[in-house]
Amino acid sequence: MAMAQPKMDLPAQDLAPAAVSVEHLDVRFGTGLSQFTALKDVSVTIPKGALVTMIGPSGCGKSTLLRCIADLVHISDGSISVLGQTPQKAREGRDFAFVFQEATLLPWRSVLDNVRLPLEVGRRAQTENYADPERLLALVGLKGRENALPHELSGGQRQRVAIARALVSRPRILLMDEPFGALDEITRDKLNEELLRLWKETGTTIVFVTHSIPEAVFLGEYVLMLAAHPGRVKEFLKVDLPSERTLAIRDTVEFIRITAHLRRLLEEC
Amino acid sequence: MADTLSSIAPVHDKTAADEPRRVSRASRVLSSVADNMPAMLAIAGCIALWQLIVWGFSVPTFMAPSPVAVLYAFHDNGATLWNNLLPTLLEAALGFLFGNLVAVLLAIWFVYSPLAEKAFYPVAVIIKSIPIIALAPILVLLVGNGIAPKIIIAGLICFFPTLVNMVQGLKSTSPAMLDLMRVLSASPTEIFWKVRIPASLPFLFAALKIAATSSVMGAIVAEWIGSSYGLGALIIEATYNFRSPLLYATVVIAATLAVLLFFAVSLAERKVVRWKPSSHE
Repeated sequence: MAMAQPKMDLPAQDLAPAAVSVEHLDVRFGTGLSQFTALKDVSVTIPKGALVTMIGPSGCGKSTLLRCIADLVHISDGSISVLGQTPQKAREGRDFAFVFQEATLLPWRSVLDNVRLPLEVGRRAQTENYADPERLLALVGLKGRENALPHELSGGQRQRVAIARALVSRPRILLMDEPFGALDEITRDKLNEELLRLWKETGTTIVFVTHSIPEAVFLGEYVLMLAAHPGRVKEFLKVDLPSERTLAIRDTVEFIRITAHLRRLLEEC
Repeated sequence: MADTLSSIAPVHDKTAADEPRRVSRASRVLSSVADNMPAMLAIAGCIALWQLIVWGFSVPTFMAPSPVAVLYAFHDNGATLWNNLLPTLLEAALGFLFGNLVAVLLAIWFVYSPLAEKAFYPVAVIIKSIPIIALAPILVLLVGNGIAPKIIIAGLICFFPTLVNMVQGLKSTSPAMLDLMRVLSASPTEIFWKVRIPASLPFLFAALKIAATSSVMGAIVAEWIGSSYGLGALIIEATYNFRSPLLYATVVIAATLAVLLFFAVSLAERKVVRWKPSSHE
């Protein structure tokens, strides 16, 4: 019985066909002569449960697009729907979580208290369905470090804490802005594999911004490539690789073919 | 082989569990003594040199008393020193409290109201640039000759460094941290108490350590202007009466008071700020 899914009175977010749907999005910064168009007529649909990686030359607005979805940047024109709601409603309902390039942990709080932060703030914190912070820390491989302070951890461990914190609210969408960009390659590979495992286990929709083509292809079920000046969609492609992926897949011919294709596209941007 | 191992193991365990702890405590004391040894030797050397110069050149006591004479002054004037220490301590402590409290509240106002910062920051700088000694007579005329002008001057001297540091501390929160709080739909009150205030504490304590010593200085300077009690008044009195050993003893007491207040604030800092502020995370 506990497993029974509610069939009646589905909330708007369950009826929505897509996790995120962006239509004719324009984002402009500044006014008058100094106005700068960051995104121009961007339309993209991110299916529920998908893992979409976003890549493009610097200045293409990939972070801006992610921040628009997260209600951190004001939209100039067009619309964004997150599970059938406005980004603001989705934010207030904690339908998504955000992982930044820096771990952005509160340095005076222990690892466990950092993961609990989402339970302590926010006006309408419906926390009864939240995940257990200690179990999440075990899930990201930090069992036993609950009482450590952030400065006692390595960069990779700090980012694991940030991911655990993002998962506390059991978000239906995980927005990640170059989360492993500042880490060394070995740590990054390991976290990439673990992210894929997490994605399979939780079924969360993930939108992952990166500046590394191999990372985009390795992680992505889909790759969204943006072009710069102004930022616009260059390509939205399904990655033609098996869904069970290990790091060894990066040495296969298919993988290299896809990365080569993306690299050519990136040069045109 | 197994027999020898098992017979040795318990003995080994015992030493491993017992010895290192005792050794580490003893070695910690020893190493802290060794750490401070150069400073202690240097101070002792200076005092000895001072004593030798006073003896060797037969310096008259009113001009410069010998360390031994100062020690006698402590013994002979114990009650006087104690009775004058207490008012100065009270003035310095109250000045420290009010000066820093006003500075912290003003800093919070500045951070949330750019207009207030634009209007009143220059005013704070102007007040800061008035020499404290010049301010003392003005305050005596304004609020009388009681404890009030001393507290105000001790407070004023604490005020400015704390204001500057606290504004910087409250603004030290990274944009990414504020983005995180926005994604979590945190209220401004929650951001204030859970992010801004804790982030400002290392900055605040840096200022409080300066304030701890300068508040004593403020109280003493204020007592120079027409006061009949306190370490400041005692300094003036001892100077006019050529009681040099008492003068030196008073200076030593004043310095000790400042150092003790400094260590009290440092101790509080160590209890409160257990994290590394240098880290960007």
